[in-house]
Amino acid sequence: MMNHIRSENQLDRGRPISEGRLMEIRREGESRVQRVPGADSISAGLSARADAESGYYGLPLLKPPRWKWEVPAYLFTGGAAGASAVIAAMARLSGTDPLLARDAQHLATAGALVSPILLSSDLGRPTRFLNMLRVFKPQSPMSVGTWILTGFSASSTAVSVLDLRSNHSRAGDKGLAIVQHATLGFAALMGLGLSTYTGVLIGATAIPVWHENVGMLPYHFGASALGSAVGLLELAGHQASKPLGLLGIGAACAETVAGARIEIKSDRALKPLKSGKSGWLTRLGGLLSGPVPLVLRLLAGRRSSSNNQKLRRIAAASCVAGAVLTRAAWISAGSASTKDAAVSLGLANRSSK
Amino acid sequence: MSVTGFLTDSTLCIGCKACEVACKEWNQISDDGLMWSGHSYDNTLAFGAETWRHVKFVESTPIPGLGGNSPESVAWSFSSDVCKHCEKAGCLEACPTGAIVRTEFGGVFIQPDICNGCAYCVVTCPFGVVDRNERDGRAFKCTFCYDRQHAGLEPACAKACPTKSIQFGELESLRRAADQRLNELEARGVQDAHIYDPRDTSIEGTHSIFIVRADPVAYNLPPAPEVPTVYLRRGWTAAAVAAGMLLAGTVLAFLGGQQ
Repeated sequence: MMNHIRSENQLDRGRPISEGRLMEIRREGESRVQRVPGADSISAGLSARADAESGYYGLPLLKPPRWKWEVPAYLFTGGAAGASAVIAAMARLSGTDPLLARDAQHLATAGALVSPILLSSDLGRPTRFLNMLRVFKPQSPMSVGTWILTGFSASSTAVSVLDLRSNHSRAGDKGLAIVQHATLGFAALMGLGLSTYTGVLIGATAIPVWHENVGMLPYHFGASALGSAVGLLELAGHQASKPLGLLGIGAACAETVAGARIEIKSDRALKPLKSGKSGWLTRLGGLLSGPVPLVLRLLAGRRSSSNNQKLRRIAAASCVAGAVLTRAAWISAGSASTKDAAVSLGLANRSSK
Repeated sequence: MSVTGFLTDSTLCIGCKACEVACKEWNQISDDGLMWSGHSYDNTLAFGAETWRHVKFVESTPIPGLGGNSPESVAWSFSSDVCKHCEKAGCLEACPTGAIVRTEFGGVFIQPDICNGCAYCVVTCPFGVVDRNERDGRAFKCTFCYDRQHAGLEPACAKACPTKSIQFGELESLRRAADQRLNELEARGVQDAHIYDPRDTSIEGTHSIFIVRADPVAYNLPPAPEVPTVYLRRGWTAAAVAAGMLLAGTVLAFLGGQQ
């Protein structure tokens, strides 16, 4: 009925109001409107629609992660410390390189002390961090992870304290040695969990780019953790260590495979890993932790000439930088993923079927 | 106490936003700021730590012959969205402090005296409901008016709704009422009404049922919401294998590196 009304005080005298005219007014408005920078994400355009194809005006269904810089930083420090504890235990048990065993233990303990501080400072109520320890929930990766981190921090610190003690006590104290080895083994076990569980932590969420990769993330994060632990130890002066060289090659191989898998899979949900800011971060992080150190390490070979050691130090720095970027990239990709309502509403699959 | 629920019937909603206001008044949560979104009359846009009811405004091309609309006009439907209070809730499963609990009324409630603001619930809600309040630090969402229900009152939004678009009551009887309403609408010639109550996904149904016209997707109601615990098995299997590889690799490297 509306389209037949013609009224004197109508703005648009003589023309019937119709859906067509409404669209015209909107287009006119859009051409005149002054765009506030950054406002586009809220108002995707005045003519955005709410229907079966675009969802609700294309507005995001999901919430982005609210974590600040501390969480990606923790993913790095926790991972590096965890893998370092495994290296420390092996170096000590094999007895070949006591210096490496000592430095790896220092690195593990440093990470064990820094990580809980980073996690607590990201909490909205940091003074309530102990509330995490009032329950154990196997169905919550955050709860399981909290207990892994608690176990790791306690045992890794204990190893370092016991080491200080044994330096002062006489050799051959059997009781102390048994406690030391048990603690060392426990710390390494927790370290294995710490360097891989973070993949489950972000994988078991509602965010598409994360849960689509839940089967790959623990490998990816584990390799990244190993790469960064090896890199940090090499930078600390162990660039001639043969076991570290082998581990570095292994980690770089795994990271190259992880990067290639992301590039090969064509899935709308994986778009944040390939385009935009998070895409560039992912690719740069992937290159620096995969192909670049792999080539450098293979060039360096097994001989420890000073030139080769220099190559390994460059590879080590690249690994560490790559690991930091990779962790930041995944959090940033999660954020970008929540903006794509078509994926979270299942519209992307619908149209391709 | 019986298990309660919301039935939000968008065919009765007039878009007055009294539910949004009543929610804010009862729960003493602040405003969202003033801005014009350009998306119909919806200037609320999304749930947030301080937005627990959200009236959606869907403009669509009407089906000719219904309600006297011609295809040249815009059909306007409104729907007041709210936390779904899932039967298997992502936020509740994920909460590492046990702050999020299921109440005796069947709702999902964040205990503000326990929550430490880890924000893991924010990324595990498949409906984008929960958010962390950056000023306060803790996570917030619809409480299902736990306090009012305790006192035998209906939630503030349902109380304020002037058209009974938001109905509150015993969940199973609301489900029957929804079926009945759908039949009634169909008898009147409204063929495009749907009940939104995703019971055949891993969330196993909700405590907030909706009747909407046209595709629920137009209201940002996801067709197949999943509780993120369904990804746990794949994740932990991968983590166990990855940890095994890490251990084996380190052992081999030290054995091989000795020669």
